[in-house]
Amino acid sequence: MILARVVGTVVATRKDPRLEGKKLLILKPISPEGNDEPGYVVSVDTVGAGFRERVIAVSGSSARMAEGCKDTPVDNAIVGIVDEVHLD
Amino acid sequence: MYLGRVVGCVWCTVKHPHLVGQRLLVVQPLSPELEVKGQRIVCADCTGAGTGELVYWVRGKEASFPFLPQEPPVDTTVVGIVDSVHLKRTVAPMPQRTHSRKPSRKS
Repeated sequence: MILARVVGTVVATRKDPRLEGKKLLILKPISPEGNDEPGYVVSVDTVGAGFRERVIAVSGSSARMAEGCKDTPVDNAIVGIVDEVHLD
Repeated sequence: MYLGRVVGCVWCTVKHPHLVGQRLLVVQPLSPELEVKGQRIVCADCTGAGTGELVYWVRGKEASFPFLPQEPPVDTTVVGIVDSVHLKRTVAPMPQRTHSRKPSRKS
């Protein structure tokens, strides 16, 4: 799982029917301190995350275990909204 | 499975129902020499590891297996706390096998 920040949305009209009704967000991976890290991912939102929120995202086949993503062509899903990251 | 060190933890209120009650740890992946390797990640935990501990973690679908029969959406899980690592620093390369090739037949 990675920490990421929501930086945008994706709108797709033509898509796999199993993706209909799913919110697609653009995520920017971040370090635990909140600094940007390279790359972007498009992720399915299962928790109702909003713009600029810090989230945790799962990738790979585990993403299909997220709410409502069973047997869907999804390889990245948001599974939590971060309240706080505590570093020792 | 990979080595890592627990460097922190993450709190989430809004999360997948299967993640309720799960500890989420920030883990710094390490090389076998215990040098920092790559970006820090968030791992679920099935061992009760604490900050500063050396652990090993799994990646992929297998990361949800410790929590069966529930299948929480996790792709990295801490599955063990490391007591010690024994590493032979210089490993001799495998001896090259010399093949005795048959001379090619010409028809």
